[in-house]
Amino acid sequence: MLELDKLVALIQTFLSDNIQIEWLVKLIEYVLIGVCFLALYAVLALILILLERKICAYFQCRLGPTRVGPWGLIQPIADMVKILLKEIIRIDKTDKILFKVAPFIVIMGSFCTFGALQFGKGVGGVDFNVGLFYMIAISSLGVVGILLAGWASNNKYTLIGAMRSGAQLVSYELSAGIALLTMVVLSGSLQLSDIIEGQAKAWYIFQAPIPALIAFVIYLIAGHAETNRGPFDLPEAESELTAGYHTEYSGIQFGFFYLAEYLNMFIIAAIATMVFLGGYQPFQINADWAEGFNNIMAYIPTWAWFFGKVFGLVLLSLWVRWTFPRLRIDQLLKLEWKILMPISLVNLLFMTVWVLIFD
Amino acid sequence: MSQGEIFIVVFITAIILVSAALIIAWLVSPRSTNEQKGEPYECGIPTRGTSWMQFKVGYYLFAILFLMFDVETVLLFPWAVIMKSLGVVGICSVLFFLFILVLGLAYAWKKGALEWK
Repeated sequence: MLELDKLVALIQTFLSDNIQIEWLVKLIEYVLIGVCFLALYAVLALILILLERKICAYFQCRLGPTRVGPWGLIQPIADMVKILLKEIIRIDKTDKILFKVAPFIVIMGSFCTFGALQFGKGVGGVDFNVGLFYMIAISSLGVVGILLAGWASNNKYTLIGAMRSGAQLVSYELSAGIALLTMVVLSGSLQLSDIIEGQAKAWYIFQAPIPALIAFVIYLIAGHAETNRGPFDLPEAESELTAGYHTEYSGIQFGFFYLAEYLNMFIIAAIATMVFLGGYQPFQINADWAEGFNNIMAYIPTWAWFFGKVFGLVLLSLWVRWTFPRLRIDQLLKLEWKILMPISLVNLLFMTVWVLIFD
Repeated sequence: MSQGEIFIVVFITAIILVSAALIIAWLVSPRSTNEQKGEPYECGIPTRGTSWMQFKVGYYLFAILFLMFDVETVLLFPWAVIMKSLGVVGICSVLFFLFILVLGLAYAWKKGALEWK
């Protein structure tokens, strides 16, 4: 039906049939891949910004943007144009090179992680055999960018913001990593396509209900903290630190941090979807009487399943953001080191025992 | 097409994305300078001294603890992949490994390194 992998194969055969020069075919394919990812990245950012503004408005009984386009649909594009037209203010006392390098690193971390997502059956980015490990590794590049930004700005607010952010991100990366590790014990593979194919009959969250559910909740909390949002937004706590680590950035340079923050929200939700909720796999019931139901579910295209689940989790993240008050830094570190971390270590052993008994 | 090639394409695209946006902004954005504009944004009165100063040692402690557990996670990933074929021997050795690490966490906890003072 509406699957994208046939389209990809069609483009590939069309190119190799019509153009005889081999390197030209490769070049065109490279450019196509780059353009596709760039377009998807930008479009998702626009959708997420609009969703955030609209949904936050509804949470607070407001209407949100309504003036630009019907239902405020063109608002994010107007925002983007405005941010491009803004002046980039040069601050005298900054470390000139590091100040300019920081947005590059932040975007690189988020874009390279984005490039490894599997959007649908046969449609995805980099699919290394150490895929999950690669994602954890490269997404932590963002911390380096944030620390650089805060340090290079030569401003007290940014320094405090960056230090808080560094402590928070490295701490929560541990339980996020161990929660994913727990699922690797179940799947026995690090390759993302393998992990998703292993969930064709039942999603991992249903295959090992108790340990997988604990890992899922831990991953959601830790992932939410890693995006610097919601109750964990103390690196950029507006009321105390102006804007945290990106106080001194203006114009499009600030835009990059903004972009990376929104896309990181999407990426965290996408990783949770791929590892726990079956990625692009449709919902299936493993019983004889449910055959008709399974067929109907399988009829929905795989990419629709993927984006549906991811946006469900994004909505959950927005909901959490507007429900809980901001934590203090000692509460934040206590939550990680004294609660999530021991639970996730015990859960790892629990999952090991579970796999040994039931497999 | 190999996975490494796609990775390089994605990586270069990220650099192009940032550079292109910066170049466009540089071409179209207005520019003006005056003395006040180049000052750090703080609270209105001129900044005193440098901001590159010492910060709280607590952050450093958490960074060290993070290092310990991060390396542990890296070492556990290969074990997790082949856990099913290793069997009981593999689990016992990992249990021992985890035990030593948890001992480290317990020590840090008892010493009060996890408190924020």
